[in-house]
Amino acid sequence: MKLIVTFSRKAGKKPIIASVVRDTGVLINVERAIIDSSEGEALIDIPDDQCRLVKEKLAEMGASVRILEDVITLDESECVDCGACISICPQEVFSFDENWKLTLDAGRCVLCGRCIDACPHQALSQKIDT
Amino acid sequence: MHKSIGQINERIRDGNARVVTAEEMPAIVAELGEEGALREVDVVTTGTFGAMCSSGAFFNFGHADPPIRMERIWLNDVEAYGGLAAVDTYLGATQKSDTRDDSYGGAHVIEDFIAGKSVELRAISRGTDCYPRRTITTELLLENLNQATMCNPRNGYQRYNAASNSTDRSLHTYMGLLLPNCGNVTYSGAGLLNPISNDPKFRLIGSGVPAFIGGARGMIVGEGTQHSPAAGFGTLMVTGDMKDMSPDFVRGATMNGYGVTLYVGLGIPLPVLDIETVRSCAVRDEDITVDIIDYGIPARDRPSLRKVTYAELKSGFVEVNGEEVRASSLSSFRKAREVAEGLKKWIGNGSLEMTLPTRCINPSRAAKPMKETVHGPRVLDIMDRRVISISQEEEISTAAGKLLKGETNHLPVIDAHGKLVGIVTTYDISKAVVNPAKGSHVRDIMRKKVITTTPDEPVDIAVQKLEKFNISALPVVDADYRVIAMLTAIDLGKLFGGRWLK
Repeated sequence: MKLIVTFSRKAGKKPIIASVVRDTGVLINVERAIIDSSEGEALIDIPDDQCRLVKEKLAEMGASVRILEDVITLDESECVDCGACISICPQEVFSFDENWKLTLDAGRCVLCGRCIDACPHQALSQKIDT
Repeated sequence: MHKSIGQINERIRDGNARVVTAEEMPAIVAELGEEGALREVDVVTTGTFGAMCSSGAFFNFGHADPPIRMERIWLNDVEAYGGLAAVDTYLGATQKSDTRDDSYGGAHVIEDFIAGKSVELRAISRGTDCYPRRTITTELLLENLNQATMCNPRNGYQRYNAASNSTDRSLHTYMGLLLPNCGNVTYSGAGLLNPISNDPKFRLIGSGVPAFIGGARGMIVGEGTQHSPAAGFGTLMVTGDMKDMSPDFVRGATMNGYGVTLYVGLGIPLPVLDIETVRSCAVRDEDITVDIIDYGIPARDRPSLRKVTYAELKSGFVEVNGEEVRASSLSSFRKAREVAEGLKKWIGNGSLEMTLPTRCINPSRAAKPMKETVHGPRVLDIMDRRVISISQEEEISTAAGKLLKGETNHLPVIDAHGKLVGIVTTYDISKAVVNPAKGSHVRDIMRKKVITTTPDEPVDIAVQKLEKFNISALPVVDADYRVIAMLTAIDLGKLFGGRWLK
């Protein structure tokens, strides 16, 4: 399961994710992170059954957490099944089925946005659930 | 055994013709043998659906009152050609909108017309006695035009070289996004369904032959521009009535960082007249080979990384430099199948008959590169041959002294054999002074990854490097990686007022 963790750094440079790993024993995979002087956002991947524990611990540390779902959306009326998105995706989200129709495994997506720019038909967009 | 075109058309009219797609043909020939396939199959349909930049359409708008001779013309702010008669124009697919970014262009205007959307026509003129009007703006639907004739100078490439990128930067090309260090391979074309791949000697594909174009019953005009069948890259000029087309088979598209292009569905039915037709239509993806071209080399004759078949490309993985790399298409094989199936349906219901070429296409031509009479400047024309370099064993203060004395900001660092091993700039020295902990010798602070140029490189390519890497100088190296000159932003000033300005 993927979580988006946002935190402010105004209160000091607390090692939030490291603390959560230490305290919960859950191994967290950081797939993407943008951190500047005032705030940070990290996309983390954790086992589904540990989600509640990690969420609670992160919230305790002052971070806000939301679950990432269906982030890349395919507009079927624009898609022509060309496949330009397949080889450029670092997460192997896209593939062809046996009829050369494009299929998505959106659960693998880490929101890098590369496919959105690479799609010649502007069929891919990012759905942000806030 | 031979079949005549008359016999085949009679069977089409009677509803008895056996029509198969080029994808089905290899298995049929394997099962029935060549003679058996010739007896059994009457028509093989082909199809492809991909980006075809050399596309466009002729329009006639009818006359306004008072009439105007349109000299400059825009359709949804995309400029169309004004050098035809009063209310005629040609709109090219790759022409970009004057007001919107890369996401809209001629291809999108064509798609919008076909999709039934309203398009704004704007035109200006200086006015004449016979055409007094000077401006016009009007909203038009496809049905309002007298003619909307798609005429594509170069479509249906026989096959197309695949693409990869050996440099360490992403490239935005007409072959899509190419990841650094050969991180992916992209390709185009439908392989065994490609029309010309099923008739490489142009025995059946020629002027006047019917074709599926964008969902309409169109026609082959003749050989396409840059037609080069001698090298296996034949092309076709095709035409069709936009009023019969469908947005399912005509789509505007944008290759990010490159520009606008038109995706066209194109298919040609091939009447099975003789054994040679059977053989050429039995072509498989395994039989069609292309090169994987390294788009990282900015020259016309880019090197090939290796040869590859469509079968390998379609598998989704290709080995490049010993590593398995993901390969993906830019054209749609699913749509290519729909084109071939569409043709099958038309022939099956008797609404499309076969025609032999009224004029044959030359099967052995080779396209030539451009003849260039004026060569652009090369690095050697403007480079600064006074090179001040330093050894990596020297102290930083020595480097600072050399920079000051030489009135330069860049010091190439060379080893004992005179080869380039790094570069030090005034900025690096300043950083070393502020943060002395890094070390006191040139080797401690030099940048080891040096972007270089060569004397033969066109200045345009060198300038691209300066811009791309946000640097202001390039060491000019020879074949042994010795620094023979420097090219700095200052040297570019020599291009102005010199013999390169004409």
